[in-house]
Amino acid sequence: MRLLASVTAVDAATFVVAGAAVVFGALGVVVSRNPVHSALLLVLTLFGVAVLFVSQDAQFLAAVQVIVYAGAIVVLFLFVIMLLGVDRRENLLAEPLKGQRPLAVALGLATLAEVLLLARVRWDTGARSVAGAASGPGSNVAKLARSLFTTYLLAFEVTGALLVIAVIGAVVLARRPPRPGRQASRTPLPRDAPRWPEAAGPGEPEPAEPAEPVGARRPGP
Amino acid sequence: MSVPAYWYLVLAAALFSIGAVGLLVRRNVLVMFMCVELMLNAANLTFVTFARVLDDIGGQSLVFFVLVVAAAEVVVGLGIIVAIFRRRAGATADDLHVLKG
Repeated sequence: MRLLASVTAVDAATFVVAGAAVVFGALGVVVSRNPVHSALLLVLTLFGVAVLFVSQDAQFLAAVQVIVYAGAIVVLFLFVIMLLGVDRRENLLAEPLKGQRPLAVALGLATLAEVLLLARVRWDTGARSVAGAASGPGSNVAKLARSLFTTYLLAFEVTGALLVIAVIGAVVLARRPPRPGRQASRTPLPRDAPRWPEAAGPGEPEPAEPAEPVGARRPGP
Repeated sequence: MSVPAYWYLVLAAALFSIGAVGLLVRRNVLVMFMCVELMLNAANLTFVTFARVLDDIGGQSLVFFVLVVAAAEVVVGLGIIVAIFRRRAGATADDLHVLKG
């Protein structure tokens, strides 16, 4: 109780409000039937985590969290949801594998118990920090930048390569396969040139299960 | 004084467990991806907490790298999802059993 008494009311209130937002948003992501609602509740969770970052003196990461996660990643999710037209409601009660749900919940509870148990272990090894102190004089951005550009410079460079590779991979994946008809007019490729797997079948790639309705084909209001 | 680290660790554990259960339970590929993001955020919260407790900026640097990797992963993953959906509309994770032996 002495520990609780030493926490200031503002800090505790911030933690409780942000933590409640995080847990509510996470539960909403899992249980909401509409993927758009899931994405919007994910934004709530990410904002809550950003608030918790600020309350732990990680201002730069909080800003990056909001910009990159809420601003880019969730928008990308929403783009894909709208593009594919999968914003229809999903029947959550259909259970394809018998007994998978209870098993999954049991596994989740086991994970929770294990992590809580580990959180109680004394983690302070007494080893000195190699990357620099997080507290002390100077801004958080300056300290983080000094750590990134000295200790972790190689990893930082590698992330640049990783991002370029990811962009190229996304472009390659999202590219439409060349049509066989149009290819014939463009002579340079030989007939037996390796093509996309979609082109191996006859004609255009068709949706394999047209019986399943998608959101784009919903009857209008 | 700030909130003790144990509170943050409990919250991160709850967030991680919710994400893990969601990943196992849901069948929509996009929602499964969002659950992966939840788990990554739980790990990030733990990193920032330990960076504060152990007074080491390295934890925050690691969160930065996790953010970059998460962004790259989402880009490639959504590209794969778009490629899958182009072939078969309305596919859930259960419908993708082409490689099943």
